Amino acid sequence: MARIIVVTSGKGGVGKTTTSAAIAMGLAKKGHKTAVIDFDVGLRNLDLIMGCERRVVYDFVNVINGEATLNQALIRDKNCNLLYILPASQTRDKDALSQEGVGKVLDELKKDFKYIVCDSPAGIEKGAHLAMYFADDAFVVTNPEVSSVRDSDRMLGILASKSRRAVDNEEPIKEYLLLTRYSPERVKLGEMLSVDDVQDILSLHLLGVIPESKSVLNASNSGTPVILDEKSDAGQAYADIVARYLGENRPHRFIDDKKGFFRNLFGSK
Amino acid sequence: MSIDSQKMPNSPLALEFKSSTFSVPVLVLCSEDLVVIEQQLKEKISLAPEFFRNSPLVLDMQEINKHGYDIDIAALTDIIHKAGLLPIGIRGGNIQQNKQALELLIPVYSIHSSSVSAETQKQKTITPTPEPTADIDTDVTTSTLITQPIRSGQRIYATGDLVILAQVSAGAEIMSEGNIHVYNTLRGRALAGVQGNTEARIFCFDLQAELISIAGNYKVSEDLDETVRNKPVQIYLQDQALIIKDIVQHH
Repeated sequence: MARIIVVTSGKGGVGKTTTSAAIAMGLAKKGHKTAVIDFDVGLRNLDLIMGCERRVVYDFVNVINGEATLNQALIRDKNCNLLYILPASQTRDKDALSQEGVGKVLDELKKDFKYIVCDSPAGIEKGAHLAMYFADDAFVVTNPEVSSVRDSDRMLGILASKSRRAVDNEEPIKEYLLLTRYSPERVKLGEMLSVDDVQDILSLHLLGVIPESKSVLNASNSGTPVILDEKSDAGQAYADIVARYLGENRPHRFIDDKKGFFRNLFGSK
Repeated sequence: MSIDSQKMPNSPLALEFKSSTFSVPVLVLCSEDLVVIEQQLKEKISLAPEFFRNSPLVLDMQEINKHGYDIDIAALTDIIHKAGLLPIGIRGGNIQQNKQALELLIPVYSIHSSSVSAETQKQKTITPTPEPTADIDTDVTTSTLITQPIRSGQRIYATGDLVILAQVSAGAEIMSEGNIHVYNTLRGRALAGVQGNTEARIFCFDLQAELISIAGNYKVSEDLDETVRNKPVQIYLQDQALIIKDIVQHH
């Protein structure tokens, strides 16, 4: 059974697209046929991060409007043949998406793919709403600062009340916390919320912490998902996240200072 | 209204005053037309003649006076006597009606003194809205249980008590016509007794609320004393002031 994952946050600039690209690549690398969809119509970025911007012919809106088939619009990733990208339209806006249209596209993708990753736009309006509406799992991307945490909390409320699963009274969406741009040094100095602070506010299962890293910017600029940079801390952190999501038991790294020992967070709430 | 008769001649105590509550039918009058009243009274009594025979009765004049009707209490009492009922009181009458009643040896009750009116008054304090009391009664007894976290931006409204086992996030709003219990951290806004119930209380496991309110009397986070913050507390209203107290009473 295919699973739909939404990568969401409420707030912009916290690393949704980076995360979408990384985990989609990670899942595909683990042998699961995966599609990643850019829901940020009008502000498309995913194709840049995935390095396929020069191969975009048709997009998500074309498929919804019946101007192209899904197979015409899906772009196969050049690094992994189990990964496909469905880019957003840059010339349209969020109103081009309809719940019915999105539902149809997802239903079709579900026949062929194991995981469908929906890269949500920022905000809580139509684009973000449609990205999360059909989801089975939600990766809530949060930066360790109060406004981002507050926005994530708001998004969690929307997931719990406005998603298809909530509306149909089904088992609720599984929610996971991804703490990005984390810097243990700055936490120590009191400039940043700690993992415990964030978990105290959100009380959410922590899937992983991605450290603040130059490798993320480098990866974005070169159009290769950071997870492929296996030497980088951010790349390893995403690999851990994918493994944990798939059921592996991996200790958390990158929470404490690099010089310190790895701290196992399992068992804590 | 029988007073216990002490049939002991040797006892110095010949009588004793006791307080007791009775359930007495109240006749609410809505018309000043004595002919109509007599006719409708007869019809009602004919439905259960045994029940009404020599039954005590309290006359309720509130409706009549609301409409400014005038009615002769003596003539009314006559009609009631003829129907086989015994008026034992009047309530909601104006000065003239009360005076007339006393002349006929019928005691005057204030609106809130009789047991029946006390009950209506109690309900009024719960919800001073013009909704039918029957509905309110059932609502007050229902409580709402929530086990999921209340997230920022979510609003919960309960007509009765509200019990929340998970946390209430900053930016969330929980409202209840009755009490609010939060067995976790309360960071959002909590408003109890929103329909005016000043007896409502808020209980929480860890007070970090943005705002707390009981029956419209509120305090914002900034006004919260440091000694009650991050503690299990109960919040209630006393002389229109919000009292926040440690839920565990230290002696």
